[in-house]
Amino acid sequence: MEVDTGKLNSIVQKYNGDKSYILAIFQDIQRIYRFLPKEAIKYTCEQLDIPFSKGYEVATFYKTLSLKPRGKHTIHVCLGTACHLRGGPNVADTFERELQVKIGDTTGDDNFTLETVNCLGACALAPLVRVDEQDFGKTTPGGVKSIINEFRNGE
Amino acid sequence: MSVVELDRIASEYNNKIEGFQKIIHICTGTGCVSSGALKVFNRLRDAIDSEGLTEKVLVKKTGCHGLCERGPIVVFGNDEILYQTVGKRNVEDDVKLLIATIKDDQIAEKLLYRGDDKTKRYVSTHDIPFYSGQTRLVLALNGIIDPEIIEDYIVHGGYRALVKALSMHRDEIIEWIDKSGLRGKGGGGFPTGVKWRSCKTAEGSPRYVLANGDEGDPGAFMDRSLMEGNPHAILEGMIIGAYAIGSNQGYIYVRDEYPLAVERLSKAIGQAREYGFLGNDIFHSGFDFDIEIFRGGGAFVCGESTALMTSIEGQAGEPRAKYIHTVEKGLREKPTNLNNVETWASVPEIINKGWEWFSSIGTELSKGTKVFSLVGKVNNTGLVEVPMGMTLKEIIFGLGGGIQGGKKFKAVQTGGPSGGCIPEEYLEMPVDFDSLTKLGSMMGSGGMIVMDERSCMVDVARYFLKFLVEESCGKCTPCREGVRRMYEIVDRICSGNGGEGDIEHLEELARAIGLGSLCGLGQSAPNPVLSTLKFFKEEYRIHIEEKKCPAGVCKSLITLHINPEKCTGCMRCASECPVGCITGEKKQVHTIDQTTCIKCGNCYDVCHFDAVTIE
Ligand SMILES: Cc1cc2nc3c(=O)[nH]c(=O)nc-3n(C[C@H](O)[C@H](O)[C@H](O)COP(=O)(O)O)c2cc1C
Ligand code: SF4
Ligand code: SF4
Ligand code: SF4
Ligand code: FES
Ligand code: FES
Repeated sequence: MEVDTGKLNSIVQKYNGDKSYILAIFQDIQRIYRFLPKEAIKYTCEQLDIPFSKGYEVATFYKTLSLKPRGKHTIHVCLGTACHLRGGPNVADTFERELQVKIGDTTGDDNFTLETVNCLGACALAPLVRVDEQDFGKTTPGGVKSIINEFRNGE
Repeated sequence: MSVVELDRIASEYNNKIEGFQKIIHICTGTGCVSSGALKVFNRLRDAIDSEGLTEKVLVKKTGCHGLCERGPIVVFGNDEILYQTVGKRNVEDDVKLLIATIKDDQIAEKLLYRGDDKTKRYVSTHDIPFYSGQTRLVLALNGIIDPEIIEDYIVHGGYRALVKALSMHRDEIIEWIDKSGLRGKGGGGFPTGVKWRSCKTAEGSPRYVLANGDEGDPGAFMDRSLMEGNPHAILEGMIIGAYAIGSNQGYIYVRDEYPLAVERLSKAIGQAREYGFLGNDIFHSGFDFDIEIFRGGGAFVCGESTALMTSIEGQAGEPRAKYIHTVEKGLREKPTNLNNVETWASVPEIINKGWEWFSSIGTELSKGTKVFSLVGKVNNTGLVEVPMGMTLKEIIFGLGGGIQGGKKFKAVQTGGPSGGCIPEEYLEMPVDFDSLTKLGSMMGSGGMIVMDERSCMVDVARYFLKFLVEESCGKCTPCREGVRRMYEIVDRICSGNGGEGDIEHLEELARAIGLGSLCGLGQSAPNPVLSTLKFFKEEYRIHIEEKKCPAGVCKSLITLHINPEKCTGCMRCASECPVGCITGEKKQVHTIDQTTCIKCGNCYDVCHFDAVTIE
């Protein structure tokens, strides 16, 4: 895929081309594309003057970075301890079934990517589901459909 | 800058807000925001506007108030009236109620907190057992100050400790921290004063001070709430520490999944720089110090000290062997002092009130307080801060209000993936660093996860193993291969394929992994298994020999039935079953189609008549 080198340059510049900020640079790039394109890693590594393998290692080490394209909406089902105990796994299963994707994958229409996380810090509302920036607390398998519909129709 | 000048800033800010007859605090911590607090805030502001009350009523956004389960939380004045679940059912109605109370000074009964018996209503936070049993030092200002306004922190005594510390001798500060008995709140409980002293005396320059706000521990959110609710306390602690140790550069490591914490800390740093609390020649003392935020990437192992430093250096965050301590050779091979954010936030009050005051709180060897995130099957989930040495029972049943749905307490998990489960017989045990360790658990960062009879301890062990398999960095074999092997065995037991010798095999692996792993992740990885084996061996045995899951959790080992004697035909379960495998007419007995049932247990949870049974 083509990456916008102008945008990448300005991100690298924001950190003065300092290679110790590679993680922050990747995170900022990911905010543009919703994932981290390989071409962007390659380009950034050239700008920072580090080998591609090193950049790739960093990109694959950290969980918040994704090398796979994501859909329009990302659904995060929390499977942290509190959410696990209060039925998070059932909620995750229901999302898999309703969307007909496995965790980590994107629906055929590119609308949803289903992911899990290990705690979003609102454990009192377990089980928690976050779609993009919006949180849904105390979710149940029965409520999954309406969450999906809210983003499917409401856009 | 001097105390006089701080007082001037405080009184200027006070003048600004003096005109207001009422101050309303709306919690905009993550929990309450998730429950709709921002909507309440916006609607209330609009309503106050249209009622022409803008000059009279100040509405403030604050950090987490603690009682997250009952959010959104709205507090009038300084803890005088606490309203809970505001806007949960209907924002418009509740905002109207609040406006009415503002106008006629009445109390909105409907929104008050109710006790267990549902009849008594509590007005002030001072009366609600959840709050009255706490000792809030670190969290004292959470829920009171607006974390985005530095003047609000200064009004409440902020940055006085810094002024005082700058007039003290560096060694004296370390002496105070040492004598206060402060121990690190990030997990290990290492004496903070000892760490500071070794860093100060280590050879080399520059020196770094770091704050650990990674909080990769699932089910824990106290560090997050502190960073979001009172970021200046962390900064002030770091500045004091840096001065004592002789450092000019600090970093706060915060995970990228905590965007609000990053935002509030960044704002706080900006404001502190404007006032000259950070930067060059702080308070004309000749001392330079600045802080940068480093956003982590969601790897649990990066909370480990050496991995965190490697991560800041711009590499994959793998731990290093600690033959040489990080206080001597840490970040960029230079002397580095890493403390947890809660540890840093404890520092200003120790300087303000003296080490004697701090060391008078807590137990013989664990001084001060600890913040816990009390979650799971407990009634009042949320954040609590208690003096060290309070018993588990006082915390879970006193503050937490007992187990949800009147179920039976089974265990409490402390210390996250490095900790363990503690059964009922130890409920009277005082909670401090050493007594938890003695039981094979850990204080850890302060997650306290309460489990009831519907929690399967083997499943919990499997849960933590799976987490650790995913989070192991893979650098050393015992951790990489061994933890995976433990997971496979426990997973087999949960699916009904456990066999003779499995338990012995687990114990053997646990020993090897503990001994052979490089960092704390691997060294403590066997703890959740060992502690569940220690206290709940019978449950493992039933899984292995009888192929049953007593708690009704492990899917391969259970079947769900509807008891025709009890079923009223209310149809509730049928509408909640996610795969639609329950059939039955209205007012007739319902039945479950076993071939399509996915054993989610939803029908069990929703049936009001105890008609669903799990075997
Ligand atoms: C795998 C692993 C993860 C850790 N995660 C954290 C963490 O998220 N936050 C934290 O403060 N300490 C964490 N620690 C402990 C730190 O390594 C370190 O001991 C602590 O930050 C020191 O600060 P303190 O003395 O103030 O507790 C972790 C340790 C290990 C082994
Ligand atoms: S113990 Fe595990 S997490 Fe720690 S260095 Fe070894 S493999 Fe990595
Ligand atoms: S919810 Fe309970 S009582 Fe109602 S139909 Fe289902 S099993 Fe029967
Ligand atoms: S356990 Fe789940 S899938 Fe099975 S009948 Fe009950 S609700 Fe339906
Ligand atoms: S465990 Fe799910 S939000 Fe913390
Ligand atoms: S987030 Fe509001 S009380 Fe905790």
